[in-house]
This record gives sequence, C-alpha cells and structure tokens, in this order.
Amino acid sequence: MENSRRRFLKTAGVSILGVGAGSMLIGLAPGSTKAAGPGTKAGPSYTHGPEAMKGGRWGMVIDTRKLKDSTCRKMEKACHSIHNVPDHIGKFDKKNHEIKWIWATEFKHAFPGQEVEFLSEKLEHAPVPVLCNHCDNPPCVRACPTKATFKRESDGIVLMDFHRCIGCRFCMAACPYGARSFNFRDPRPAIENENPDFPTRMKGVVEKCNFCAERLAVGKMPACVEVSGGALIFGDLNDPESDVRKLLADEYAIRRKPNLGTFPSVFYIV
Amino acid sequence: MLEKALKGSKTYWIWLLALAVVIAIGFLFYLRQLDFGLGITGMSRDVSWGFYIAQFTFLVGVAASAVMLVLPYYLHDYKTFGKITVIGEFLAVSSVLMCMLFIIVDLGQPMRLLNVIFYPTPNSMLFWDMIVLNGYLFLNIVIGWNVLDAERNGTAPEKWIKPLIYLSIPWAVSIHTVTAFLYCGLPGRGFWLTAVLAPRFLASAFAAGPAFLILLTFIIRKFTKFDAGKQAVQTLAKIVCYAVIANLFFFLCEVFVAIYSQIPEHMAHLQYLFFGMHGHDALVPWMWSSMALMVVAVILLIIPSARRNETTLIFACIFVFIGTWIDKGLGMISGGFVPNPLHEVNEYIPSIQEIIITLGVYATGLLVLTILYKVVTGIKEELAG
Repeated sequence: MENSRRRFLKTAGVSILGVGAGSMLIGLAPGSTKAAGPGTKAGPSYTHGPEAMKGGRWGMVIDTRKLKDSTCRKMEKACHSIHNVPDHIGKFDKKNHEIKWIWATEFKHAFPGQEVEFLSEKLEHAPVPVLCNHCDNPPCVRACPTKATFKRESDGIVLMDFHRCIGCRFCMAACPYGARSFNFRDPRPAIENENPDFPTRMKGVVEKCNFCAERLAVGKMPACVEVSGGALIFGDLNDPESDVRKLLADEYAIRRKPNLGTFPSVFYIV
Repeated sequence: MLEKALKGSKTYWIWLLALAVVIAIGFLFYLRQLDFGLGITGMSRDVSWGFYIAQFTFLVGVAASAVMLVLPYYLHDYKTFGKITVIGEFLAVSSVLMCMLFIIVDLGQPMRLLNVIFYPTPNSMLFWDMIVLNGYLFLNIVIGWNVLDAERNGTAPEKWIKPLIYLSIPWAVSIHTVTAFLYCGLPGRGFWLTAVLAPRFLASAFAAGPAFLILLTFIIRKFTKFDAGKQAVQTLAKIVCYAVIANLFFFLCEVFVAIYSQIPEHMAHLQYLFFGMHGHDALVPWMWSSMALMVVAVILLIIPSARRNETTLIFACIFVFIGTWIDKGLGMISGGFVPNPLHEVNEYIPSIQEIIITLGVYATGLLVLTILYKVVTGIKEELAG
C-alpha cells in the first residue's frame, strides 16, 4: 500500500514533468501534593512533602562506557512501563505512531556532526541512550503557544501539561533532539500493564521524558537511573557537592548539539 | 449584496453542488480523524507536520498576494488595477479561511484551540500567526465589502476605509513573514534555519498568487461579462515573472550556501529532496518538476510575444502555480524534517484520507471564493448594464 502510493507519487511527479501541465504537573504525585487551602492570596501553591528530593537544576550524567545493550533495554522498559508509554509497534506494527521517552541509539545518531572516524566496530555500534535533555534554554518551551510545555522554575525540569496541550506539534519541530512524541491515536489499547499511579494520555497530545518528576517528589531516583547499574548518575547541577557535579569536575563530558545554545542538562561521558 | 449569489445559471449551481459534495466527503473523513486521531495521516514522530501545514504555508502566500493589486492602485494610483483590487482581496479572504481550516484540521486537540487565547504566549510564533491571520481576514473582508458596496452605490468608500487599506499593505507582508518565522527560528532544523526563508516565501507568494489571479480573471471572463482588461493581466504577468525569478534566485542562494559550505546539516535536506537519501526518494521527481516548471514559466513570461499570447500565458501561469505549490506545498515542510534531528531518514507520504480531507478544505475555500466572486461579478454586470 505504502509502496504503491510512493510509486504513484513518483509517477505522478514524472508525468507532470512529461505532460508539462501537469495540570498534569506530574511533578507532584498525589501523595506529596498539598494544594493550598481556600483563602490563600497567591492562588494555589504546592509544598513538597518531607520525602521529596530537592534540586535547583536536575541533571544527569550518562557514562556510556559502563552501558551494555541489555542495560539500555532495561532502562527503556522500566521507563516506558512506569509511565504508561504505549507500544504501538509491538501491538499494531505502526512505526509512524511510535512513542518513546528514552531509547538507545548509536553515537553517530546521538551526536550527528560529531562522528568519529576510524572508530572500532564495537565502539561505533555501542549503545548511547537518548532522552529529553531538559535544556536550560529549551526551544520547545519557546515555541509552545499555550505554555502547555514549560520549564519548572523550582528544579529546571521541562514538563508537559497534557490537559492544556492543543496538539499543534510546534514543540516537536522546535526540539533539536527528536525527544518528543505525539499521540497519533488513543494510547490506552497499546499499554500492556497500566500503572495506576501514573496517568495515561489521550490521543492528540505531545509527551516526552519528565525526568521522573513524580518519583523525585517522593524521594525516588528516576527509573532509568535506578536500573542503570551505576551508568546513569542523577543530581543537582547547581550543587557543587552533588554526585553529578563531582563527576563533571573530574571527567570530560559532552552534551548533544551544544552549538545550538540550548544548554542540555544531560551529559555524556564517552 | 449577498443576494447576487442567490441567482445564477445552472452551471453555477452544479459547480456549487459539486464543491458541497467534496466538502461533505472531506468532512466525513475529518470526523474519522477526530475519532481515531491524526494517526490516519502519514505523519510520524519524525515528520510531525505534513500535508496540512504545507498547504497552510502555501495558501498564506496566495493570501498575501492581494497586496500586489492593492499596493499599485492605492499607493501609486495605478488605475488599471482599480477594477480588480476586490478580486484580489476576496481571494485573500478565501485563502486565509483555508489557512485557518488547515491549522484546525492539523491540531491533535482542536476543541482546545481557544487555549491559544486563554493562555496568550507572545514568545510563540504561533500566537503571532493567529493574530496576523485573523487581522488580515478581517481587513480584507471589511475593505473588499465596503469598496464594492460604494462602487455599487456610485459613491466614494467611507473615509475610515482608507487607513485600513494602507494598513493592509504591510499586514500582507507580515502574514507571510510570521509564517516563515514559524520555521526559520527553530534551532535544530538546518533546512529552514536561514534568514532568506521569509523573503523567499514572499517571492514565491507574489508569483503563485498573481498567477492564480490571472487564471481566475480568465475564468471569470469566460463565465460572466466582467473582463479585468488586457492591461491589468499583462501587468500581473510581469509581476509573476519577476517574482518567480526572485524565488528562483533566493533558492539558488540557499543552494550555494548549503553546497559550497559543505555543512552536512544544511546540505542533507537538499540532498534528500533532489537526489534522495538512503534509498528514500519519493520527492525527487516532484522537486525537479517544480524547478523545471518554474524555469519554463520564466522563459514564457519574459519573452514579450509569449507573454502577450493568451494561450502561452495561461500555460505559464499554470506552471508557476504548480511549480510553487510543489516547492512549498510538498517539499518545504516534509523536506525540513528529513533527515530527522538524529540524522535518520524516515520519509513522509501523505495518506489517502489526509489528501481527501485536504481536498475538502480546498473545496470550502473555492466555495467561499465562488460566492464572493459571484457577488462581485453580479455587481459589475449590474453597473455595466
């Protein structure tokens, strides 16, 4: 079907020439949310529960040297099952409808324009996990016409309000990392085991990695970090004493497309 | 004045009926899209804008082209265009209407459309696009209608119309500039990240729009007693000619920058569009056709005898329209998404359903255009008779 349409497009193109005329502010999980009571002047406000992790700017360091294919698959699986990410490929074999928050690719795809020549076969195909970079200067937030995607001031996480998103997909065009996915159809039939603690989405809205804001709020590390066997390190980039900052001080780490001025909060040691 | 649209020949009613049928079919498929989601289109997470947004982009240009009639008449007192400015303004009305419909059919959650107004976000170019498009629609309806009404009554248009007319001139430029800014301000998209995008959009707009206007004047002359006049058509043809040349020139500037600098991010998209990439080459014949059509059109339009010959002029205008449509309505948007930010090639082919919905929107625009033109020609005939 797709092939015949492609052929049709092609022939039609040729014949033209021939003829000439031719607020899911997930950050706050139910348990840790305390909406301000009536009478508050400044409108509703939230306070973190005592167990919540606090950071000025959450960041991640990915030590690709420690990563194996199996670890990456574990990370993908943990993230996608916790966040009710549908599997349209497995369920309906529809690649076009694919949704992913974190996935493994190769260095040349994670870092196009920074390809390394003469690399050994092994390193060339070594897995590099990619996800939303939670940029300090996010182009997606700039592009969104409804503030449905926004950078949370308290900790720098770029979040989505699935109830406000109009599905214009401007953020997807704006993201230079291809980190965002769109619900081209109802995701629910393609969710194997629904996690009742995290909302499912509806068709017509954009979604992406949320740095496990809902887990941070109850004092847990992001799911991918937890299963990474120490390859992923998570912490506060504003705190010089944090694990991530200590690691960044000692190791030379790179970021994806630094020339675009987005200031990603995800670093890679390669 | 609208009563003029209620009396017409059999052909008129059959044409309206045919359009209504296409609209109805398109609408049925749109209901299907509302139910299932945008998954019935050929779009994907890599090519997240497709046919709809491309048509929107192309039609913003057609809408902006009304200024090519308004500016010479009102700023330079070029009287030849006096008879047909309203034709341009009403083309703008129906084009902007189609633009808005294309935006709506492209939304994942169209019932939340008003969020753009409830949560105004000036840092988003889409917010400004909403303002300029609505403003342009308003300006052209008010101006066109009032000027036509005054003409019918044999009086001068109301005084307050003049400032609106002057305002509509830069406003026309603004709609296509802001539309270009939707794309050219995005950091990761090498194909669009060029300052020449807005000028190029305007150049192709001033080619496609007036070319379509010429064809429309011929159609109007065939079916009614209203004749735009040879001279008006010839002047429009010259405008088309130089606009196509400007469009080709801007395009070649871009090709030079991308190819000579050899920067992969900028080169890759042109390579995909014109030569194909990793075996994906659906758009290749289209893009070459587009270039060939525009070049042939320039030759036909620049040779005075060919331009004055009505048959060759009609062909030239058709070539321009199709050539610029392929350029903008087919290559411009999906070309910017392939390869994707991870430099993977996932091609986009519009689905049948998507194309039917698109035709439905076009039919809606043509229906509005027909009715508006019926009013115009009815009044012109009344005045002549």
